[in-house]
Amino acid sequence: MYVAAKGGEKAIRNAHALLAKRRRGNRNLPSISLAQIAQQLTLAVDRVMAEGSLYDVELAALAVKQARGDLIEAIFLIRAFRTTLPRFGYAKALDTAEMLVRRRVSATYKDLPGGQLLGPTFDYTHRLLDTSLGVADPANEVDDQASEAKPADDAAAPVSMPRVTDLLGQEGLIEGAPADDGSEPFDITRAPVSYPVDRSTRLQTLARGDEGYLLALGYSTQRGYGRSHPFVGEIRFGDVEVIFEAPELGFEVSLGTVQVTECQSVNQFKGTATTAPQFTRGYGLVFGQCERKALSMALVERALRWEELGEERGAPAQDEEFVLSHCDNVQATGFVEHLKLPHYVDFQAELDLVRRMRAEHEESRRAADMKEAAE
Amino acid sequence: MQSSPEESSNANAWRATRQGVMAVMARAESAELDAILVRLGPLPAASNLKPPEVGLVMLRGRTGGDGAPFNLGEATVSRAAIRLEGGAAGFAYRLGRDLKAARAAAILDALWQDEARRAAVEDALAPVRARLSDEAATVRTETAATKVDFFTLVRGED
Repeated sequence: MYVAAKGGEKAIRNAHALLAKRRRGNRNLPSISLAQIAQQLTLAVDRVMAEGSLYDVELAALAVKQARGDLIEAIFLIRAFRTTLPRFGYAKALDTAEMLVRRRVSATYKDLPGGQLLGPTFDYTHRLLDTSLGVADPANEVDDQASEAKPADDAAAPVSMPRVTDLLGQEGLIEGAPADDGSEPFDITRAPVSYPVDRSTRLQTLARGDEGYLLALGYSTQRGYGRSHPFVGEIRFGDVEVIFEAPELGFEVSLGTVQVTECQSVNQFKGTATTAPQFTRGYGLVFGQCERKALSMALVERALRWEELGEERGAPAQDEEFVLSHCDNVQATGFVEHLKLPHYVDFQAELDLVRRMRAEHEESRRAADMKEAAE
Repeated sequence: MQSSPEESSNANAWRATRQGVMAVMARAESAELDAILVRLGPLPAASNLKPPEVGLVMLRGRTGGDGAPFNLGEATVSRAAIRLEGGAAGFAYRLGRDLKAARAAAILDALWQDEARRAAVEDALAPVRARLSDEAATVRTETAATKVDFFTLVRGED
């Protein structure tokens, strides 16, 4: 039990001033700007938006700076901030088929309509440190507009990029997505969760879950703990439009675009006496370019569907309540890190208890010794 | 009273055009909107129907990309509602927390509804439209340059 402690105000104030000083680092160096963080540490910013569950690039960059690069602390700051704002409503579901695609690959089809677009990826790099990045790189004062070569060929024209799952679906080789029956999906930010939960609730929980945790669980399914034989049907990353029905207007308005990563996993089969075997699927959707997270999410999402697909249970990644109730790193860090705060009263009680037990132990040992000596 | 099919199709076209203009204004930079207001001036005074406000909209995805919806996470959104003196009410919703830009967009929305000013508003927005479409074209071109043709090799038998 945690009991409030008093005192220490001055020390706490000084500790926070020291934190600010250490955050700033050497004052002979320029302070890092939010634009620099947003432009050059993009993937850190994306992770903070995804797990902070709030899409706002500038706020996420601020959180990264304030947290000295501690991303879980930054995510915590974002979650705290979101509680200060009113909710205007729910947007229409994003249409990932209409994405301005910046990257799109499939590990299942080499020739797919729209093509394999590697985009900005670490894949196929040699993971050799590039010392040229360590050299100061003065800003190029160039006119952004003029420097961008005007695209002339048809590469600039929009290309249709059907989802790989749609291609498989046309042949009936893969299960369909669960139909939209028009009902409102559960919102874990508005109502307490009680298990078991439906697939929408799982997806919302996983979408804001910790990347490292989901990576480990996804990995465990590959190593035999709930095997589901996954392929990456498709990963795509790019810009999608946000559409919102404005209550004052009574019609839909476009709010702009957000970047998301989507992953469709294609997994081994399910069939019954009446339906022919089909591939099954897992789904991942995450704010920003968070590929590792989207893929891990799809693996875990698929593993959690064991019951619906008539699979055997037994692996950690299949345990819905365990997986979902521990995937939020803000909840987890709050409970784990509160152990650092004063527990003096609590500990005093345990100290008294262990002293009493030791005294009783000593007494009974002495009594036994006396009895032995008397015999 | 029921409107004729022609009237209702006109109303739909009018609404679709207004939605298109609002979409451009949601993507315009704050400085671009300010410059457009200056260019269109002098303007009638605008009063707030309610104070510009920042809030959250919950974004949604669909299971499997096309299935049942789920809540993905929130985004910050700013909104503004104004009325021009002797004119229409204008509204704006934009991702982000730039209230000044939202209010500028709401004023432009009201100006656009004034038939006498519509063409001028559309003209002023044309460079923003062009910038947005150039940026999208650049992304497509850059991405197309990374298009890969994988080919599989047949493994030897021994």
